[in-house]
Amino acid sequence: MTEPVLAIRDLVVEFDTPDGVVHAVDGVSYEIYPGETLGVVGESGSGKSVTVLSALGLIQMPPGRIVRGEVIYQGRDIIGLPLDELRKIRNKEIAMIFQDPMTSLNPVFTVGNQIAEALTAHNEKMSKDAARAETIGLLEMVGVPNPDRRFDQYPHEYSGGMRQRAMIAMAMANKPSVLIADEPTTALDVTIQAQVLEVMKVAQEETGAATIIITHDLGVVAEMADRIAVMYGGKVVETGTVEQIYHTPRHPYTLGLMMSLPRITGEMKRLLPIPGNPPSLINRPPGCSFHPRCRMSEGRELCRTVVPDLISGAEDHPSACHFREEVADELLREAAATGIAAHGGSLG
Amino acid sequence: MGAVLADTAIGYEVQDGQSSNGVLEVQDLKVHFPIKEGLRRRVVGYVYAVDGVSFRVGHSETLGLVGESGCGKSTTARAIIRLVNPTDGRVVFLGQDITTLQRRELRPVRKSIQIVFQDPYASLNPRMTVREIVAEPLKIHGLWDDGGVDRVAELLRLVQLSPEHGNRFPHEFSGGQRQRIGVARALALNPRMLLLDEPVSALDVSIQAQVINLLMEIQEELELSYLFIAHDLSVVRHISHRLGVMYLGHIVEMGTRDEIFENPTHPYTQALLSAVPVPEPRGRDVRERIVLSGDVPNPADPPSGCVFRTRCWKAQDICAVETPPLVEQFGHLVACHFAAPLEILPATGARV
Amino acid sequence: MTDQQVRIDEALEIEATRASLDSVHLEGLEIQSLTQWQLAKRKFLQHRLAMTALIVLTIIFLAALFADWVAPYPFDVPNVPDRSLPPTLEGFHIFGTDKIGRDYFSRTLYGTRTSMYVAFIVASVSTLLGVVVGGIAGYYGGKLDNLLMRLTDLFLTLPFLAILLVLSSFLGAGNPVRVAFILAFLFWTTTARIVRGEFLGLREKEFVEAAKVLGASDNRIIFRHILPNTVGPIIVNATLTVATAILVEAALSFLGFGIQPPFPALGKLISDGQDSLTTQWWLATFPGLTIILIALCINFIGDGLRDALDPRQRVK
Repeated sequence: MTEPVLAIRDLVVEFDTPDGVVHAVDGVSYEIYPGETLGVVGESGSGKSVTVLSALGLIQMPPGRIVRGEVIYQGRDIIGLPLDELRKIRNKEIAMIFQDPMTSLNPVFTVGNQIAEALTAHNEKMSKDAARAETIGLLEMVGVPNPDRRFDQYPHEYSGGMRQRAMIAMAMANKPSVLIADEPTTALDVTIQAQVLEVMKVAQEETGAATIIITHDLGVVAEMADRIAVMYGGKVVETGTVEQIYHTPRHPYTLGLMMSLPRITGEMKRLLPIPGNPPSLINRPPGCSFHPRCRMSEGRELCRTVVPDLISGAEDHPSACHFREEVADELLREAAATGIAAHGGSLG
Repeated sequence: MGAVLADTAIGYEVQDGQSSNGVLEVQDLKVHFPIKEGLRRRVVGYVYAVDGVSFRVGHSETLGLVGESGCGKSTTARAIIRLVNPTDGRVVFLGQDITTLQRRELRPVRKSIQIVFQDPYASLNPRMTVREIVAEPLKIHGLWDDGGVDRVAELLRLVQLSPEHGNRFPHEFSGGQRQRIGVARALALNPRMLLLDEPVSALDVSIQAQVINLLMEIQEELELSYLFIAHDLSVVRHISHRLGVMYLGHIVEMGTRDEIFENPTHPYTQALLSAVPVPEPRGRDVRERIVLSGDVPNPADPPSGCVFRTRCWKAQDICAVETPPLVEQFGHLVACHFAAPLEILPATGARV
Repeated sequence: MTDQQVRIDEALEIEATRASLDSVHLEGLEIQSLTQWQLAKRKFLQHRLAMTALIVLTIIFLAALFADWVAPYPFDVPNVPDRSLPPTLEGFHIFGTDKIGRDYFSRTLYGTRTSMYVAFIVASVSTLLGVVVGGIAGYYGGKLDNLLMRLTDLFLTLPFLAILLVLSSFLGAGNPVRVAFILAFLFWTTTARIVRGEFLGLREKEFVEAAKVLGASDNRIIFRHILPNTVGPIIVNATLTVATAILVEAALSFLGFGIQPPFPALGKLISDGQDSLTTQWWLATFPGLTIILIALCINFIGDGLRDALDPRQRVK
């Protein structure tokens, strides 16, 4: 049994705001293993981004606060680490790319310069020429045309998709063991997104990095991930392989998402929306945070009072629902209503 | 213009054999924004945002307009509703040429065509209550005094909000609810047509379906026509009867929904359909894979001839010289010298 | 780790925190979400410096406003037996008296009252002018905007002191109201700039576009949609104008321009006491301190207002 590269254990993060305490991350645990891609899926307020941002010390405390939990990287808990040590890990071994590439790219330096600096900062012995050559190689890997010319250009001279590629190149420069991508393609057009996702796959293959992709886009994650963690209201509600999540969802929220997505293949005759609104993270619903919107929780005391734990059923497919065994039947019912193909508790 | 209409007549087959007397007809619409420079504000060039777009929208029909950023779909809508003035071409609404109407003459027309914006946070005045927001159109057109309060309550109910919400301010509502308020406002004057500019793009996935369903129910109940602008092809497939694919100010392909999705013939349409990630594992592996190279050209300096040629794998010399007209090929309208059907998505119903 | 990388990291942290908080607020996920005003009010009340300043200023202004009742002595009546007294509790001459026995506490109070009148007139007139000019320029844009902005520039280049002198001698110098109006013509340009900027920005907002599409008239759009959303910066600016006006008026009357006797003026009090700074230090000092105190208070209040109305500052 291999060890995970990065493990988040029971992380709880809160924010102090004038309106009250925001319970942004409420006991989140997941792991990522070498070489795999984990997709963390959720909507706004699910806590998917705050989890990794606080794990890497990127949230200011105050107003944020890590109440408890561990983030184990290479056998040690990185939460308590002093800032400069954390920064060292952050830039070399655990790399992050964001929705807006300009958060990592300084507009007053050339792109090549910045990537080369990322290299020499962790490799004192590397000469300037060697760094330049390696940078050009990286730019080539990510598909930036004319990399030797583009080396000397500034970020504003790059298009949106190219900047994203440059950010990927910079992240991969020091061969990190973990790459975390937070909504990497959300701001991009579809055809550019396809290009960037290709690049990410190539980069991952070349470096063997374990990748965490955080997104709300169920299409992107189906394409990129091996395993998926679904988050809602600050908690992980379901984890599983990509096939398990899409074909045999075992949490009403995941099921609800599948039933409310229009498909480009046109299979949904009707959409079955999840009723209601996302939960307040300040005044959370008692019991299961999804229960106010859950069709399966009608009149059920348990859902209203007890918070369900994330546990596996018979298959190795953890779900945080008191009635996880019933989701399969609910799936058939809802599939019939929407016109999507399903049989034996499975979609498709 | 007569010739253009004849050519495009084929695209107007509306579902259920309804009359194809267009509610809205756009003829060769152009919107060019001048680029001014220097102290004297001399015009040094133009941004060709919309460069010759024609289509028709029928009664109770949804025409989807898709494309990526910079294709001109939003500008088209804004030109129709005169938030921006057309540089050339005609906009005919309910039989009336509204292209150059002045503000005063335009006012009565406004009752029949309204718009819903993309951003639920910016499209409602934060200092007005929901009631004031929905009542405003009635007040502007002198319809408030006689039963205005009831009308507002009726509208709020129509969009599945409670009339008591009228006293609250926009910031007290979620994105999806704010969008509904925007829809209620747009429906206040009983329009025949709504322009919907990316109405669900800014909403969470689980809320999008609520608003999409609402829009479709309202369309059926009130027999509204929609011009539905979006970049999300899955949403467009669900809600549209017909659709047009735009690229750099031009419509490159137009037809019924099934024609476009099952039988795309323009290389850009094909690339677009190939690029969309589907929520299905291995969904990409069984699809025809087309990855476009390069970036979208600058709309201030569009390529000569066919604007798509710089990224098209089929481009030949003729593409730089002759702009392909939007004409019927393979059963619907497409603007390409080398259009050819290519099945990207499997036929409806089958799994990807 | 290079400096550059550290700086990017820090910026990243700030951005990440802000984005995380925004994602919570943005979805309207709090049940008790407050309006901008309520939030602003609460933030202001928590700003200790601003609140203290507000209290101090209110006391001063109330005392000055009711000078006729509060002041133990009239402004300009000599009282020779009590002349040249340093600050003393006897006879309640807490700011001392001058060479002919006039009580300086009372004089300071009356002088403050004049300053107040002038400042408020300046603030209201200049704000009104600024809003009108800036609003029209910002909303209509184009040639009108150009014209109005050139007009604004013109006012900025005027040799203000010279004009005040000339106008004073023509229009009957010294009357605080007249001086106030002339000063107002100096201050309106800042407001105009700010308001124009706000209008330019708001004009493009979707809710304004929505109003246009509904068929709203320009009047309606300006007064119902844009103006209510510019009140914040206008108020902050008006507050600062009050402070600046008090200082400018004091400077003018110190130099012998602006407000003249028989009207009381703080600056004049200072200039009167200038020569006896070593012998009767209290004559110039107390009026001077009053001016400084008022200006400081207003600036702190302005800071508090600015922070309170700043939409980016969400956290305690």
